Amino acid sequence: MIFTNIIAVLMVSAFIALLVGKRFARTLPYIAAIGVLISFALLAHFASNHHDLFHQAMPLVSVPWISSLGIEYATFIDSLSFILVALTLILALVCILVSVSEISQYQNFYYFNLLAALAGIVGVFAAADLFLFFFFWEVMLLPMTALIAIWGHENRRYAAIKFFIFTQVSSLLMLVAIIVMAFIYQQQFGDISFNYFDWQQLNIAMPLQYWLMLGFFVAFAVKLPSFPFHTWLPDAHTQAPTAGSVLLAGVLLKTGAYGLMRFVLPLFEQAATHFAPVAIALGVISIVYGAVMAFAQTDFKRLVAYSSISHMGFITLALFSFSPIAYHGAIVTLVAHGLSSAALFAMAGMLYQRLHTRDLKKMGGLFASAPRMGGMLLAFVAGAFGMPGLLNFVGEFMTLTGTFTHHPIATAFAATAMIGSAIYGMYLFQQSFQGKPQENVKIPDLRAHEWLLCSLLFGLLLYLGLFPQALLMHFDSIYPSVADAQLIGGKL
Amino acid sequence: MTALTLLPFFPLFSFLVLIVLSKRLSWHIATAVALTGIGLSFIASIVVIQSLNVSASSGEGLTQSLWTWFMLGEHEVRFAFYVDQLTAVMIAVVSGVGFLIHGFAAAYMRDDENYSRFMAYMNLFICAMLLLVLAENLVLLYLGWEGVGLCSFLLIGFWYKDPDNAIAARKAFIVTRIGDTLLALGLFYLFMETNTLNIQEILAQQQTSPLSDEAAWWIALLLLGGAVGKSAQLPLHTWLPDAMAGPTPVSALIHAATMVTAGVYLIARMQGVYLLAPEILNLVAWVGCLTLLIAGIAALAQEDIKRVLAYSTMSQIGYMMLGLGAGANVAAVTHLMTHAFFKALLFLGAGAIILAVHHQQNIFKMGGLLKRMPLISILFLIGIAALIAFPGTSGFVSKEAIIAELWQSKTAGPVFWWLAVVGAFITSVYSFRLVFITFFGPYRAEHELLPQRHGLIVLPLVILALLALGGGYIPTHLEQVFSAPVASQHGPAWLHTVAIIAPLLGIGVAYLLYFPKTESSPAVPGTSSVYRFSHNGLGFDSTYNALVVKPFVWLANINRKDVIDLLVQLISWNTFTWHSAMKAAQSGRLRWYAATLGLGTALLLLGVIL
Amino acid sequence: MIDIAITHVFLISALLFCVGFIGVLARRNTLFMLMSLEVMLNAVGLAFVGAGSLWQQADGQIMFILILTLAAAEVAIGLALLIRMQHQRHNVDVDGLSKLRG
Repeated sequence: MIFTNIIAVLMVSAFIALLVGKRFARTLPYIAAIGVLISFALLAHFASNHHDLFHQAMPLVSVPWISSLGIEYATFIDSLSFILVALTLILALVCILVSVSEISQYQNFYYFNLLAALAGIVGVFAAADLFLFFFFWEVMLLPMTALIAIWGHENRRYAAIKFFIFTQVSSLLMLVAIIVMAFIYQQQFGDISFNYFDWQQLNIAMPLQYWLMLGFFVAFAVKLPSFPFHTWLPDAHTQAPTAGSVLLAGVLLKTGAYGLMRFVLPLFEQAATHFAPVAIALGVISIVYGAVMAFAQTDFKRLVAYSSISHMGFITLALFSFSPIAYHGAIVTLVAHGLSSAALFAMAGMLYQRLHTRDLKKMGGLFASAPRMGGMLLAFVAGAFGMPGLLNFVGEFMTLTGTFTHHPIATAFAATAMIGSAIYGMYLFQQSFQGKPQENVKIPDLRAHEWLLCSLLFGLLLYLGLFPQALLMHFDSIYPSVADAQLIGGKL
Repeated sequence: MTALTLLPFFPLFSFLVLIVLSKRLSWHIATAVALTGIGLSFIASIVVIQSLNVSASSGEGLTQSLWTWFMLGEHEVRFAFYVDQLTAVMIAVVSGVGFLIHGFAAAYMRDDENYSRFMAYMNLFICAMLLLVLAENLVLLYLGWEGVGLCSFLLIGFWYKDPDNAIAARKAFIVTRIGDTLLALGLFYLFMETNTLNIQEILAQQQTSPLSDEAAWWIALLLLGGAVGKSAQLPLHTWLPDAMAGPTPVSALIHAATMVTAGVYLIARMQGVYLLAPEILNLVAWVGCLTLLIAGIAALAQEDIKRVLAYSTMSQIGYMMLGLGAGANVAAVTHLMTHAFFKALLFLGAGAIILAVHHQQNIFKMGGLLKRMPLISILFLIGIAALIAFPGTSGFVSKEAIIAELWQSKTAGPVFWWLAVVGAFITSVYSFRLVFITFFGPYRAEHELLPQRHGLIVLPLVILALLALGGGYIPTHLEQVFSAPVASQHGPAWLHTVAIIAPLLGIGVAYLLYFPKTESSPAVPGTSSVYRFSHNGLGFDSTYNALVVKPFVWLANINRKDVIDLLVQLISWNTFTWHSAMKAAQSGRLRWYAATLGLGTALLLLGVIL
Repeated sequence: MIDIAITHVFLISALLFCVGFIGVLARRNTLFMLMSLEVMLNAVGLAFVGAGSLWQQADGQIMFILILTLAAAEVAIGLALLIRMQHQRHNVDVDGLSKLRG
């Protein structure tokens, strides 16, 4: 029941926030925070009662929903969903912290959307029924679009519509694939079923399997985003309010990676193996292209957005190399990127509030007036370019070590992003905080809640960077990969 | 081993104290904290080396494992330290020389408004450097490797308000990062072949089941890539002269004594792998040889005292590389140590001079300093003597040892010997050019001299001068780590004589060319095109700019709008175009509708009829 | 009775139709357009009557009566709109109505 409870708590607090309305607008962040904290407590309590660390997938609920089509409300938990839900809830707190001083219009509706999006994301990670999965996939999309379209920056409607169309078109492909899969199940086993565990017994002939895999892959590649489906991301990120960017970079992109890990690789082993060279090429192109594009940007958030594309390329590369080490690396990268890019977007938001610009060319020399902020920005930039000691390094290192064995040339190309990330990272830091101060601009240093937020994220990055086993112990040392087809049925 | 566990963490702790309390600390307290941190490290180093020497009979090193960092499949990457005689030399140099430089820096940076932050960065650097040399596995080494790079970035750009400093910092970071990436690839390759990244395990494996030729070749090459980046060797050397933008103690600590020798340490550490790839050892020798010559030539035409020393550092590290390539490992590491002493001395001496002449760094605006600040001048001259390997100094011991082994080495040979001797000659020419222009002739500065008598300025210099003289005789036991030298017997007897005479000859040439003939004749920088070429570091910077930097920036900038997005916009543009075309038909003019209706019907009828 | 060749009847009717159609297209005055429409309807009616007499069937006349009814209804609504138009816009220029487009 755990995920159902979390979703319910989030939705209830969303509606409370909506009903409280503008008259008690000051209480809204607290309502949202309480909702998130209760969810977190529920998750922690549940985890502490299960010492097996969810190595085995554990079904939670299964209630008939649309029985005539075999659709159920079914959820389950395993290490992957546990880690990602925990990450989501941590970033939810970050979102609330950055929203406190930023949002002044329609606050109740804002917090409603924020919490509803969170509930949708948790649902995506929880669903064991593909129809339910699709349902939550859409649930998280709508409030997210609203967040961009209503509380975004100057070009928000364009960005929101672009985001919406990209996601919607790609998820349509996935819907078609899901329905076809359900009918194939009916052909092979007699009953129609959307259940994930049922589908693992499917045996689909090759050309069809390939097309179905592509349907899923495109949906997740858009969300990830992978080259060449990435162009919604810079716009959406740039225009979204800070919390929207944090949520987008921190968890929404992770749903794409989650989909690849959960569905594309285990359900379509054969097709994925065939598709691997293409996927790896896309991953490497994303990595390099994202890094180069990031360097060319003058908009703080756009730069970070392109760096996200680069980092997510590592995930594609890792997953389709079918190396267990790289697989672990991908999981670590998911968490690391979630934390560090969320932090960078939060920094962008803080700077925007102080300077009313995101243009790097209009910044400079801020270190003199805000040394703590500069130090924190440098720390997060260092995380982004893979400074050892922070979590991103572990993910990147494991990914590349794992893939090198199988694809040395591709890995060598991917590794150039280590140079690229240093270039854009240092450019970002130096343009904003070093150099000549612009007309003696004095900005206030970190405020208490910003300080809390930064140190929370940095603390996590550092702690997990030095003790990544705290994260990796949740996963068996040999994780199911397509190379070990035998393990997939048993372990998941 | 508590001492070993805590060794790198003392400076980390003082870093934390300094960075958190920052401006709230007075100069005295901040200095005390910073010096305590590194001082404790030095004491711990001595303790560790003592206990290493006690257990040295077995030839085994000391290992201290702290925790499991992460798992690479079955292989456990540990946060663990390993100490053998090579590490012992490194930690002693890093913490000892580092301590002296910290002392000097306390006086040098006293009036800076961000003094605490400066000392904090210096401490963090020491921590990262100690982690680098103590690392039991290559991943931890990489952590230190990147850590020192980041600290170097922070310290070069310490006076960040000047955009030039920020650019120099960025350049240093990015150029070394290219090397770091090659190093990382080397680690991946190594892991693929050996399934471990533990240094001792890798070296032990080479005894039982050595790497294939191809693998050893690639791995050695990639690790060399890392080394040339960090150690400012050809072709990734261009960042070092610019790095002189940092405060002088930084140049002394990072860009002379410690960080830049990390590449030498890495190759010395992985000697077991390099021995399997003699072609790469030969390449190492070539890299060292070319760097020492090119840097020497560039040093001949510098006007900034720190840039002369920077090129000289590159050149001396070239000697170390040459030594490693030739198999003269003990001599190379000894030179690393003695170089740390005398180059730190030279940089700190230069720092004292720069303070005295009001932050003027151009040697042509100094002159006559020998009479005006004799103590500093004599200390500086001791450093110079060690640098040119004047007989009796520490530099003589180590450099001659390297040169002596070149002739007979299988991976080097007489050609290298000759080039090294020419390098030694050039070294003494540029060194004494610096000496004659700076210390002799008329005083040319615009302001009156500010004599520096602070104890923290003089004391480190005196200690370093003593080390520069006698440091070559410190027992190191390095032969326990390295296999026997490649060359068992030495070449012809005249070699030694020539090698000793070459630097002395250089002094003579420098005297003829640069010694101020009369008290009044002003020394002037050269103006010929050869001089300019050499002054600009033989055109490497401009070549890289034209070949790499500019095309990259250009490529990135023309695509700022993202071509892929244009493709996506093509779809929406398509929709919009059709929309506006169709919209024109919807004019609302009744008669227009009627006409098109009629026309359409007529066409249809025509179609039916025909 | 004089036999009129059916071709002549159709020719006249086609001519009338074209005249009416050109009237609809060419006039901007809505009243004249309505009149031209009337001409077109009558042209069609003529064709029906001619065809009916050719085949000796009553259908032609029936269709003509239908058209007459239609024309009457059309004129009634059209003129009503015309009057409203005159009230509101003080002219009966049909092009002025293009503002009504969506």
